[in-house]
Amino acid sequence: MSKIIKYVLYDIVRSKIVIAYTLFLLLLSVGLFNLGGSPDKGLLSLLNLVLLTVPLISIVFGTTHFYNSYEFIELLVAQPINRTKILMSEYLGVALSLSAAFLIGVGVPVLLFNASATGLYLVLTGVFITFIFVAMAFLASVITRDKAKGIGIALLLWFYFALIYDGIVLFILYTFGDYPLEYATLVLTALNPIDLGRIVVLLNLDVSALMGYTGALYKSIFGSGWGVMLSFGLLLLWVLLPVLGSRRIFSKRDL
Amino acid sequence: MIKIENLYKSYGKLQVLNNVSVALDVGKVVSIIGPNGAGKTTMSKCILGMVLPDSGDILMNGDSVLNKHAYRSQIGYMPQIGRYPENMKVRQVIEMIRDIRLDVKEVDEELIGLYGLQEMYNKRMGALSGGNKQKVSAALAFLFNPKVLILDEPTAGLDPISAEILKCKILKEKKNGKLIMITSHIMSEIEEVADEVLCLMDGKVKFHETITGLKQQTNEERLSRAIAKIMNEED
Repeated sequence: MSKIIKYVLYDIVRSKIVIAYTLFLLLLSVGLFNLGGSPDKGLLSLLNLVLLTVPLISIVFGTTHFYNSYEFIELLVAQPINRTKILMSEYLGVALSLSAAFLIGVGVPVLLFNASATGLYLVLTGVFITFIFVAMAFLASVITRDKAKGIGIALLLWFYFALIYDGIVLFILYTFGDYPLEYATLVLTALNPIDLGRIVVLLNLDVSALMGYTGALYKSIFGSGWGVMLSFGLLLLWVLLPVLGSRRIFSKRDL
Repeated sequence: MIKIENLYKSYGKLQVLNNVSVALDVGKVVSIIGPNGAGKTTMSKCILGMVLPDSGDILMNGDSVLNKHAYRSQIGYMPQIGRYPENMKVRQVIEMIRDIRLDVKEVDEELIGLYGLQEMYNKRMGALSGGNKQKVSAALAFLFNPKVLILDEPTAGLDPISAEILKCKILKEKKNGKLIMITSHIMSEIEEVADEVLCLMDGKVKFHETITGLKQQTNEERLSRAIAKIMNEED
């Protein structure tokens, strides 16, 4: 399997997109840390930008990479290699290279400017989000053979998790404002990996004091070490679900 | 060597393979013929595990191959239209496949030499002509000395000299006791290399006969006429 990952990585590095992505993240994080007054402020702005761009780039890059390596996959399936092994190598190749780009582009500046537990949470969240959205990209690509359709599904997924979902949550909160919604919002948060990541980082910053009752409840849950563990556990679940789903579909599909 | 039992496969409403049962033995060249869309390629892809049948079984040396992968070390496949990563050079493709199959000690590089593939080693796969891609496909299919060779329209797109080289190679490997399955539309070519003809029509086996048997049955000298006669008789 490591041999196939090697060739996948080789292919990705040659395309230079990952290098451009690293430089983009590096520029973004260094810029934001130098712009904001305090390092915490820089971290907050970085969090918002990371949670918007990392999912988008992961899902679009993952989908286009899958369709572009279709020939490579076809070549390998005629060899004595397990099909799921081919898919997992492709997945790990993409997820690992994008994570490496994130670690260099965001992890290193965070270490330099704001080496705190919160900074670590931000970096961890970014890596998890990368793995989650590459997994979703693969799920979208194994569902359909049509490249345009696959990228369409991938973009819809990003749109849903990054933008529409928050709208739905706000709508629910306004409509049912008369009821106690603390625990309901907690569940709603767990259903979106981006929100989950955002809250883990936010609650470990001072700004959480501004978030009212729900914020206090969140703080009591996510602020503790146990809560952080729980949310990263949930993020791990968010990685596994689409990965296992795409594995299942890919092993039962005609090529 | 390979036994196909009651194989069914449909793409949506289209029934491509409809209860196909065939037994194929080593030391023979079997030619699979039939009109376009009769299920020839689908059958080869089922043997390779690229297409998963709806029902039925495929046995190799008595063991089912469905949902397995190790058996593919004994199969060399040459696709109808070889598709390769466009950015990779010819050398990289061949080296990659060899790297993945490092366990195979004895490799057969005869076709690489005969086709002069070394001279195009530094060309990108995307820049190769259709015929040159076919040569790479052929070289890769024979590379690991597989027991079974599945060649899907091998000579379509090859120039006459290259086609002749391939035919000689096929006959040579037959003598080495291999099973070679060729799908083809060129009757003269089948007559040259094949021992048996397997005819598929609308996803069913129309007949599976030796070439001499076919000629005797129909009292014809040439294979193409013999086959035409059988087709007309049964209509």
